Amino acid sequence: MTTTTLAVLVPLLPFLGAVAGLLLGRTAPGFVRPLAVLPTLTSLVLATLVAVRQGGDAAVNAATELTPTGSVPIELALHIDGFAALVAVLVGLVASCVQIYSTGYLRDDPRYPSYAALVSLFTSAMLLVVYSGDLIVLLVGWEVMGICSYFLVGHYWETPEARAASLKAFLVTKLGDVPFLIGLFALATDAGSFRITRVLGAVASGSLDHPTLIALLLLAGVAGKSAQFPLHTWLPDAMAGPTPVSALIHAATMVAAGVYFIARLLPLFEASQAAMVVLAVMAAVTMACSALAALAQDDIKRVLAYSTIGQLGYMSGALAVGDRGAAVFHLLSHGAFKALLFLAAGVIIHAAGTNSLAAMSRMRNLRDRVPDAYWTMTVALLALAAIPPFSGFFSKEAVLGVAEHVVTGHTDRAPAAAGWIVLVAGLLTAVLTAAYAMRLWLLAFRGRGTEAPDHGRQPLTMTVVLWVLAAPSLALGGFAFRLLPDWFDGRDLSPTLTTSVLGTGVALVGGIVTYGAWRHTTALTARVPLGAVAAHPEGDAAQVEAEAIATHKPAYGDIAYAPDPADPGRLLLSPLHRHAAAGFHMDAVYRALFVRPVQAGASLVRFLDREVVETYVRGAGALPRWLGAAVRRAQTGNVQTYVSALLAGTVVLAVAVVLVATGA
Amino acid sequence: MTLAATACLLATGPTTRTAAETHGFLSPTGVEIAFVLVGLVTFGAALVTVTTRQLVHAALWLVVTLGGLAVEYLLLTAEFIAWVQVLIYVGSVVVLLLFGLMLTRAPIGRSPDADSGNRWAALTVAVAAAAALVWVVVDAFRTTWIDLDGPAAGSTEATGASLFQNWVLPFEALSVLLLAALVGAIVLSRKAKAAAATAAGSTPDTRSTPATGSTPGTGRTPAPGSEKEGTR
Amino acid sequence: MHLAYPAVLSALLFCTGLYGVLARRNAILVLMSVELMLNAVNLNLVAFDVWLSKTAEETLHSGQALTLFTIAIAAAEIGIGLAIVLAVHRNRGTADIDKLRDTAERHDPDGTDHDALTAEQSGEAQKAEATA
Repeated sequence: MTTTTLAVLVPLLPFLGAVAGLLLGRTAPGFVRPLAVLPTLTSLVLATLVAVRQGGDAAVNAATELTPTGSVPIELALHIDGFAALVAVLVGLVASCVQIYSTGYLRDDPRYPSYAALVSLFTSAMLLVVYSGDLIVLLVGWEVMGICSYFLVGHYWETPEARAASLKAFLVTKLGDVPFLIGLFALATDAGSFRITRVLGAVASGSLDHPTLIALLLLAGVAGKSAQFPLHTWLPDAMAGPTPVSALIHAATMVAAGVYFIARLLPLFEASQAAMVVLAVMAAVTMACSALAALAQDDIKRVLAYSTIGQLGYMSGALAVGDRGAAVFHLLSHGAFKALLFLAAGVIIHAAGTNSLAAMSRMRNLRDRVPDAYWTMTVALLALAAIPPFSGFFSKEAVLGVAEHVVTGHTDRAPAAAGWIVLVAGLLTAVLTAAYAMRLWLLAFRGRGTEAPDHGRQPLTMTVVLWVLAAPSLALGGFAFRLLPDWFDGRDLSPTLTTSVLGTGVALVGGIVTYGAWRHTTALTARVPLGAVAAHPEGDAAQVEAEAIATHKPAYGDIAYAPDPADPGRLLLSPLHRHAAAGFHMDAVYRALFVRPVQAGASLVRFLDREVVETYVRGAGALPRWLGAAVRRAQTGNVQTYVSALLAGTVVLAVAVVLVATGA
Repeated sequence: MTLAATACLLATGPTTRTAAETHGFLSPTGVEIAFVLVGLVTFGAALVTVTTRQLVHAALWLVVTLGGLAVEYLLLTAEFIAWVQVLIYVGSVVVLLLFGLMLTRAPIGRSPDADSGNRWAALTVAVAAAAALVWVVVDAFRTTWIDLDGPAAGSTEATGASLFQNWVLPFEALSVLLLAALVGAIVLSRKAKAAAATAAGSTPDTRSTPATGSTPGTGRTPAPGSEKEGTR
Repeated sequence: MHLAYPAVLSALLFCTGLYGVLARRNAILVLMSVELMLNAVNLNLVAFDVWLSKTAEETLHSGQALTLFTIAIAAAEIGIGLAIVLAVHRNRGTADIDKLRDTAERHDPDGTDHDALTAEQSGEAQKAEATA
C-alpha cells in the first residue's frame, strides 16, 4: 500500500469503528470493546508506518477534488510532513491507551457503547485535523472534535456540574470558533485557496493583504480550542467528564490541536509582528495565571487541568518566538506525560474514593494501594516539573532555549519583546510548575491520618496502560531531541547551558520551597478533619468519580476549593490563594461581561415582547373581540328572535325598494 | 251595482277605471258593508287568537277567524272555496290543533307565559310590516273595483272545469305530495313507537306517546282524503 | 266592491299571524298563527282571482286553484308540524320554542343557569338520538 492509502486509512478506521459501535452498541454488546480498541490500535500501527515511511523527508501531498465548490475550491487533501506524522503517532498512542484504559474504567457503565464510539469518533476527527491538507477539511475535524468533547464532558449528565461544564465548554469554544471561521474565509479569499501548501506559498510570496487581521482572527479560535487566556475557563470545568476523556481530549490531543494549527501555519503568523506579540502575551498570561491557579486547586483533576493550560502556554510561547519545532516537541512529550498524569489520577480517585487533595492528605498509605499509579505518576510529575532527564525537561528547555535565542538576538524570526515575555513567564512558570507538582505529589501520596480504604487491585487494563505511557514520559525527550530536528525544520532542539541551569534551578527551588511549606503545615492535617469519600467504593472507577464530582461542592462548599489549613499552597500563596482557587475570577468576569448583558438583554426583550408588542396585539384584538362578543350575544338560540330580525330586515328592504321604485 | 256598469267593466280596461271612479269609499254598497263588518269580526278574532293567554280559547277563536274568512269567500262569490275552508280548516285542522294542545299537556285556563320574551320585537316588526303592506296595497289598489255581479266566478262548476282542464298536472303532483306526507307521518309515528317502547319502563309520561304519535297521522290522513273526494 | 277591502284585510290578517309566529311561546300556537298567515294569503288569492276573472277575457282561475292547493298543503303541513311538535315534546318535555336553544352560543359569560339549561337540553338530545 502506498503511504497515501495508509494515511487515508488512519482517520478512516476509527470513524468506521465509531459508526459500527453506535450501530451495534445495543444489539451486540459483546462487540463493543473490540470495536472500540482494535480500530484505534490499527490506526496507531498505520500511523507509525506512515511516520516511518515519511521519515522526515519531503511532505507527502495528495489531493482529490470531489466536486467543484465555486470560486475557492475545497479539496480532500493530505499534507503529511514530519509534524503531522509524529503528532498522528502521539494521537494514536494516547487514544489506544485511553480506549484500553476505558474498558476497565467504565467497566459497568451502561452508556459505555456510546462513550467508546464517541471516543473513536473523536480520535478519527483529531487524526483528520492532523493529516488534513485543506483548511475546510481541517475545520470539519475541528468541529467534530468540539461536539465530541461536548458529549463526553457531559457523560455524567446526571450531575449538574457535568451538564453545566459541557455547555460551557461548547459555548466558550464556539466563541473562539466564530472568529476562527471568519479568519479562515478571509485567509482563503486572500490566498485564493484552502490548501495549506498554497496558503503558505501565498504567505511566502507576500501576497496576503491582511496578515495581522487574519492571524488575530485565527488566534481567537486557537485560544478557544487550546484553552489559552482569555478563553481558557472551560477547561477546568471540563474535568467533570470521565478521567480517560480528560486524558485524551483535554490534555493530550484536542487542546493541542490549536497549537498544532499555528505550527502548521506559522509563516502566516510570522508575517505579522503584532500577532506574534499578542500570542506571546497570551502565552505568558496563560502560563503564569494557570500555574498560580493550579497551586490552589483542591480537585486533583483541576490541578492537572490548569497544568495543561500552562503547558499549552509553553507551546504557544514557543510559537510566539517562531520555533514550531520546539512547540511540537513539547506537544509530543506533554501529550505523553499529561495523559499519564490523568490516567494515574483516575486510578487514585478510584482507590481513594475522592477527588479532593485535602481528603487524600488525610489518608495514610494511599501509595501502597496503587503502587503502579504512584510510580508512574512520580515519573510524570518529574517530567512535568522539567527535572532532567525526564522528557519534559528537554522539551521545555527547547522552548526556553529558543526564547533565549530570540532575546540574545541570534535569530530575527520573532520580535525581541516576545522573546523576553516568553522567557520571563516561562521561568516564573517553571517555579510554579515544580511547586504544584510537588504539592500534588505530597498531598496525594504523603498523607497522614486514617488508613486509606482497600478496594483491592486496580484492573489490569488500567495499570498496564500507565507503564506504557511512562516509557515516553521517562525517555522520549532524551532520545528525541537529537532525532527530531530531522523531522521538523532542522533547527537544533538540544538544551542550552544557560536555560538548562536556570530552568532546573528554579524548578528545584520551587519543589524545595513547597516541601518546606508542606513540612510546616502538615501537622495541621491531624487537627482539622476533612473529607468525604464515595458512597459506593465497590463500583467501577467511573461511578466513584461521578460521585466524587457530585459530592465535592456539597462537602467543601466549592467545586475548586477546600477550606484546608494544611494545604502548602495556601501558605505559599497566602493572599492570592482565594483568587487563584477561583481561577482569578475569570468566570465572574465572563459573567459580568457576557452573561449579565445577555440576560439583561433577554429580560429587556421579554419585557418588550410581553408589555409592548403584546399590548399592541391585544389592542388590535380587542375591537374584533368586542364585536364578536356583541354578535355572539345575538346568537340566543331562539328561533323567533332570528325570524324577527329576518322579517324586520325584509320590511326595511321592501320599503326601500318601494320608495326607490316610486322615485320618492 | 248595475248591469250597465257590469257590461262596461267587462268591455274594456279604461272603462273599468271610469267605473271604479264612480264608486267612492264614502258610498259603500251593501256587500261592502257586510264585508267590512265580517272583516272586523275576523280581524278581531285573529287578534284574540294571537294574544289570548288561554291556549284552548286561542284554538276556539281561530275557529271564529276561519269561519269569518269562509263568509268572506262567500261574499267574494267563491262558494266552493268557502265550503272547502269550512270542511278542512274548521272541520279538521282546528280539531287537530286541539288534539295537539291536549297531547302536549297544554294548561287549561290562563297560562302566564303564553307569550315569549320576544313580544315587543314581534309587535314592532308586525306593526311595521302591517303599515308597509297596507300603505302599498292601498296606494296600488285604491281605485280598483271588483264587479261581483253576473255568474259567480268561484262556483263549483267553474272551479272544477278550471281545475281539471288547466290544473290537472299540478293537481296530480299535489296528490303525490299528500301521499308523501302520509308516508312521512306514518314513519314518524312508527319511530316514536319504537322510541317509546325502549323507554317505556323508565318514565311514566312516555307511556302515552304511542297514542300521541299515531293520532296526528291518523287524524290528519282523512283531511286530504276528504278534500280529494270533495273536489272530485 | 273595492279590491282594497279584501287586500287590506288580508294584509292585516297576515301581520296578525306574523305577530303570533314571532311572539307566541307554545309551538302549537305558532302553528295556529301560521294557519292565519296562510289564510290571509288565500283571501288575497281569491279576491284577485275574482277581480281578474271579471276583467279579463280568458282566465285560468289560477287564484282559486292555487287556493285549493294551499289549503291541501296547509293540511299536510299542520299534520307534519304537529307530529314534529309532539316528537319534540316527547323528547324534551316541552313545546316551548324559546326553550329549544341548542343552536345558542354556548360559552355565554353572563348566564350560568342558561348554560346549565342548554347542557341539560343537549344531554336530553343525545339521549333521544341514542334511543332513536
